[in-house]
Amino acid sequence: MSSYAAEIPQVVKHSALRVYGTEAKYEILKTVRQPAYVIPTLAFPLLFYVMFGIAFGGRQAVGGVSLATYLLATYSTFGVMGASLFGFGAGVAMERGYGWLQVKRASPMPPLAYLLAKTAMSLVFSAIIISLLFILGTQFGGVHLSLSAFLRLTGVMIAGSIPFCALGLAIGCYAAPNAAPAVVNILFLPMSFCSGLWLPLQLLPKFLQRLAPFLPSTHLGQLALQQVGFGRPGSAAVHVAALVAFTVAFLLLALRGYSRDDVKVNA
Amino acid sequence: MQKNESTVASLVGVTKKYDAITALNDVSLNVRAGELLALLGPNGAGKTTSVRLLLGLSKPGSGSVKVFGRDPRDASARGRVGAMLQVAKVPETLKVREHINLFRSYYSMPLSLESTLEAAGLEGMENRMFGALSGGQKQRVLFALAICGNPDLLFLDEPTVGLDIGTRHLIWQQIRRLLQQGRTVVLTTHYLEEVDALANRVVVLNHGVIVAEGTSTEIKARTAQRRIQCTTILRSGEIESIAQVRSVAEHEGRMEICTSQVEPVLRELFLRDPNISGLEVSSSTLEEAFLEIVESGRQEAAQEVTV
Repeated sequence: MSSYAAEIPQVVKHSALRVYGTEAKYEILKTVRQPAYVIPTLAFPLLFYVMFGIAFGGRQAVGGVSLATYLLATYSTFGVMGASLFGFGAGVAMERGYGWLQVKRASPMPPLAYLLAKTAMSLVFSAIIISLLFILGTQFGGVHLSLSAFLRLTGVMIAGSIPFCALGLAIGCYAAPNAAPAVVNILFLPMSFCSGLWLPLQLLPKFLQRLAPFLPSTHLGQLALQQVGFGRPGSAAVHVAALVAFTVAFLLLALRGYSRDDVKVNA
Repeated sequence: MQKNESTVASLVGVTKKYDAITALNDVSLNVRAGELLALLGPNGAGKTTSVRLLLGLSKPGSGSVKVFGRDPRDASARGRVGAMLQVAKVPETLKVREHINLFRSYYSMPLSLESTLEAAGLEGMENRMFGALSGGQKQRVLFALAICGNPDLLFLDEPTVGLDIGTRHLIWQQIRRLLQQGRTVVLTTHYLEEVDALANRVVVLNHGVIVAEGTSTEIKARTAQRRIQCTTILRSGEIESIAQVRSVAEHEGRMEICTSQVEPVLRELFLRDPNISGLEVSSSTLEEAFLEIVESGRQEAAQEVTV
């Protein structure tokens, strides 16, 4: 074995981009091995979809499409939100709160690599969830969705996960590590319900319908519904603009929480 | 490789406050190329704050921080630095090899995986999941992450706290090896023993100020206080009259005598009270040594004021 003292370290010439790929690869590997993340993230949207969309919903129709199709879009939104919120919220809170993020920050890792790796990880899970929902819907729920509609839905979901990654990041920058999953749940579950992701919006009480436009999940849900042929007044541009605004707000919130960190660290 | 005595990292007039607490108060500190600088001090003295500033993890309230002549947050400065920090929890679902390879990918001239494993005493453990390791093994992985980038400057924040002797000695041995190669190491620790074993130069911090600075021998000479405990009929005033005694205190009927010269004091005690009993002689704890340094620092400051 070559002696450490004598070794002349080899210069590793690699593109600056490679570190982003490596970071993402290990982030995904690390997360796939965590049942506490994988199981709820995959199981909840699938389970709810089977219960409400396939078992009960059957062939009922809502606003021109079958309930199974409607809920395919909204549970995709629900699943993507969960993957992003838990991936970022719980992940960042743990790594920040237990000092691991500090070790990474002290290293020459580009800070953006950390965020992009977590985003990539959320996207992988989002893609898996959407694909599984699609299979369930078309095989057992009588959903007829063209490939192009499915691809458009997937595209919208992938882009639409960004505001929820940002919200998760903001939670991760504020919440204590052991509180973060609870905080995420407290936001995630009511928000999903109130924005019509579990049951169509028009079946919800009036005051919730009025609250809905103030939730980012409503806008992503509506965009998703538009892709499966559920036309509803309100143009896509408004929803996109709302989601961009939420993203900016969440990122600013995250930045504020993050810079607060320097203040309360023990001497 | 580098000229000796040249400064690789420095704090100049740095003050850092956390809310109402002043963690560092106008501290200036030079880290010289090729030395092992130990930052010593009780909890809350400002050791970790100094390291965090030098790593660019924290911004100074005032004053300046430089590493290799640059802002410590510069990628080019970070590329030459490695750090072992106190971490409560490391992601457990990556293998040792994966953790090391990820950190190696951050550096442009990393050590090979094999030499990193060897240097950290982790051979044969590369495929173990981090979560399955023992406490000492986990600490070795953190050490491996600190050195895998082949850094010129290494920060070790209490690297051996709570470690088994084997791992502690392994880390000491590796630190010596790095110093032989001309690397610079900044170490914070509670253990005087560790300072003795490794440090060229010691900076003692207390309440955010430097209270002593010098070689470890110099520091030790200042803190060579010993403590004698006994039960005796002698009154504290009588004991204080012994020339070498620095101070006397009475605790629950027992006398506690501080001195830097135990033998003459003992001789005198036996002479004055042949029935002296329950005798114990101990070195002062590090905490007491600090208190002594701080106290003398204050007296010096007071003298300067009067002069």
